Amino acid sequence: MSDITLPQAPAHLRQGSSIGQPLTRRDGALKVTGQARFAADNHPEGLLYAVMAVSRIARGRVVALDLAAASAHPGVVEIMTPQNRPALALDPDAKLHPFMFRMDLLQNDRVRYANQPIAVVIAESLEAATEAAALLSPTYELETPRTGLDDGDSFIPPAVGVGSPPAVAHGDVAAGLAAATHRIEATYETATQFHNPMEPHAIVASWDGDTLSIDTPSQGMAMAQGRIAGLFGIPPGNIFIRSPFLGGGFGSKGMISGPQILGILAARLVGRPVKLVLRRDQMYGPVGHRAPSRQTVRLGVDESGALTAIDHHARIASSSFDDFFEGNAGVAHTLYASPAIATAHDAVRLDTGTPLFMRAPGEAPGSIALESAMDEMAQACGMDPLAFRLRNYAEVEPITGKPFSSKALRECYAQGAASFGWAGRPLAPRTLRDADGLLVGWGMGTATFPAIMFQAQARAVLRRDGHGIVESGAHDMGQGAWTAFAQVAADALGLDLAEIEFRAGTSDLPDAGIAGGSAHTATVAAAIHTAGANVIARLADLAMTDERSPLFGAGNAGVIARHGRLHRRDDETRSESYGEILTRAGLAEIDAAGSGAVDPAAQGAFAMHAHGAVFAEVKVDPDLGQIRVTRLVGAFAAGRIINPHLVRSQYHGGMIWGVSFALHEHAIIDPRTGRIMNANLGEYHVPVNADIPAMEAILVEEHDPYVNPLGIKGVGEIAITGTAGAIANAVWHATGVRVRRFPIALEALL
Amino acid sequence: MSHSITLTVNGVERHLTLDDPRVTLLDLLRERLDLTGSKKGCDRGQCGACTVLLDGRRTNACLILAISQDGAEVLTIEGLAQGDRLHPVQAAFIAHDGLQCGFCTPGQIMSAIGLIGEAQAGTDPERIREGMSGNLCRCGAYAGITAAVLEAQQQLDATDRRSVA
Repeated sequence: MSDITLPQAPAHLRQGSSIGQPLTRRDGALKVTGQARFAADNHPEGLLYAVMAVSRIARGRVVALDLAAASAHPGVVEIMTPQNRPALALDPDAKLHPFMFRMDLLQNDRVRYANQPIAVVIAESLEAATEAAALLSPTYELETPRTGLDDGDSFIPPAVGVGSPPAVAHGDVAAGLAAATHRIEATYETATQFHNPMEPHAIVASWDGDTLSIDTPSQGMAMAQGRIAGLFGIPPGNIFIRSPFLGGGFGSKGMISGPQILGILAARLVGRPVKLVLRRDQMYGPVGHRAPSRQTVRLGVDESGALTAIDHHARIASSSFDDFFEGNAGVAHTLYASPAIATAHDAVRLDTGTPLFMRAPGEAPGSIALESAMDEMAQACGMDPLAFRLRNYAEVEPITGKPFSSKALRECYAQGAASFGWAGRPLAPRTLRDADGLLVGWGMGTATFPAIMFQAQARAVLRRDGHGIVESGAHDMGQGAWTAFAQVAADALGLDLAEIEFRAGTSDLPDAGIAGGSAHTATVAAAIHTAGANVIARLADLAMTDERSPLFGAGNAGVIARHGRLHRRDDETRSESYGEILTRAGLAEIDAAGSGAVDPAAQGAFAMHAHGAVFAEVKVDPDLGQIRVTRLVGAFAAGRIINPHLVRSQYHGGMIWGVSFALHEHAIIDPRTGRIMNANLGEYHVPVNADIPAMEAILVEEHDPYVNPLGIKGVGEIAITGTAGAIANAVWHATGVRVRRFPIALEALL
Repeated sequence: MSHSITLTVNGVERHLTLDDPRVTLLDLLRERLDLTGSKKGCDRGQCGACTVLLDGRRTNACLILAISQDGAEVLTIEGLAQGDRLHPVQAAFIAHDGLQCGFCTPGQIMSAIGLIGEAQAGTDPERIREGMSGNLCRCGAYAGITAAVLEAQQQLDATDRRSVA
């Protein structure tokens, strides 16, 4: 297993086999019995209910609220408006760093997007608060909203994604296009999307003087603590967050949102615990979304089918009052070899809430455009889409020239294609039909997502009774952190999984950073791995310096930690249990800390990405245009897999998001009012079970010695990429109609 | 004005006084009876997270006014396991990873039990998917859910399907 060298210490090995096991979820029993306590399930003594009133216009001013009518409703305790909202230590519109997002916390009467909170009713019951919020009957002063990508002047955003430059060029694109044998230019549009985790944002907040206790779903508790501390002018240590389970996040719970802060303010105002849960329609505005985009891709190839140029431009959007610019074109930096690559973004400001990271931000919308364009070019060259991609396989990262730390994409193509049965696919579209006369199409796409790391801390404890405790304030939003990190902890401590207690999900534990960017497993696992190494080194020191121990004098040889015993590396028959070592030393337990973060040297030397290949079959009714995905095969290589059972679920989930991106999700915004016309789960379509065919996710083996000590890349987001494009390409292959506006609507096929 | 109703919840008869006629069955369970396993995902019958068995039929508890159910029997996710012994559908959801975040899971499981009891889907995965399509899962655990329902159904076929709940 893992081998780590510590400074000024002998090299110790730890051996375990928990990593890699396809175990079921450790929190499974809690979740299938209804005992897993999500934020809104808490009900402290003296609880009051807060319900937000939200704006029904997208731009303007609140002129009046019928406070008399609302206050008169039985059970109403207080109505929080800009007039009586408790003071804050920091202006909600202050922006001290790029990822401090402005919030609407009743600081004035301005309305800057539909569903913006404009008041909060606090009452003895949910029913009273809900009814009273409706009785507020706001009147507005209306201004014309900006709702489309052509509304208003465009500009070059200062940065896209997380601090990336808005335009990047390598080589001479104009020359590459001029020299090309075949050229295509195509423009693709993607829709406004909302994260819609099944669990709406919720908070139960209780103040005790200047200390605050909250139950709320968070993908980043330490960041939330810092944000709340700044707003309320209290030390972060005064804020205790419980977030043991998130009912999905997908990015929308990465930063604490305005409505969650309103719950804290409401509790402050009334001096009692308050529960504030967003209604589903209130999720379409103040808690982030994916902005629409319009992307133009130009490709050139020579007579051999080799790309001579890639030019990818994206028009993106942020809100009128804050900056979040999704870096959609960046996907072209890494995917295909080309002597010339240029990417660029421009942006407009719309009267919407501020967009936010949403599962595979940048890569998801960028990938569907680039993969569609690659398919169009393969068609123009008369090449098989897979052969065309292999012809342009990037042996090094095209934009930087760096080698990949690992890249098993060829294996992904091969295994995915074999399982799908890609060979023999006719090049021409609209040639396959099934027995019922439905048009059949096959499409494919390449998946990619960067392997990044944030920073995390962990603490490992060995106890005299032979148990190990590992603590890290990690977040489980469904990816399986409770299980995977316990597996990592077991191997980190040389213990069996049954001996491990893993503690996570509260803010008093070591900071685990943020569960996002597909980086949580890699980052926290590195911290746990290091904490384990450090505690084993301390334990070994105790034994090796104690002449009563069989390990005495193991010295430079070091020890092997395995099944709760230390063995001499030079003579494994000489061993002692952890408990014996601690008992003799008179210690109840021994502990050590560890941290995880990217190795800057490795990051400088290598391009680090996960890869995959997705193959899709669709059937289209030639008369009705109805599209069904009938088969989906994805093969992904993402370094070391901690738990294949749970990783397969992550890939399935991502592939379903790919189906959704290509065929379902679309927030429809009324251009006259700026209101979202389908702000509910009946009309904002996400796939239901019947939309999802037999799916296969293949875990392609990949060993990465550079990306981090355990060789882990992320798996949470990659499977959207590739999938969405594969489905779009399959729709073209079925029908011969190239739809460039997503989600693909059946009327586009008729 | 208060209203008295009697409900049998998870086999226990409860005499309840409702101080408000607007209370839904879901809010009664969650906010007044501390049965928070049933979840509120949309509050308008579109997501299925609140699915319970009401007089044996799967029902969106958010669409039902509690006051209208005097005398009814309600089975929630909390009433399935016998101590540490999980109901076969619960066990199958764990085995097939028919869940990720777990928020929709109680509703999925109650819906699965309802579906199996209806005995309409047979062993055709397509029919199972159709029958489970009133329950959204945003994480995308559908493959595991379908496999779990199929397996649990086979297990329950061996016993008495009508007594699955």
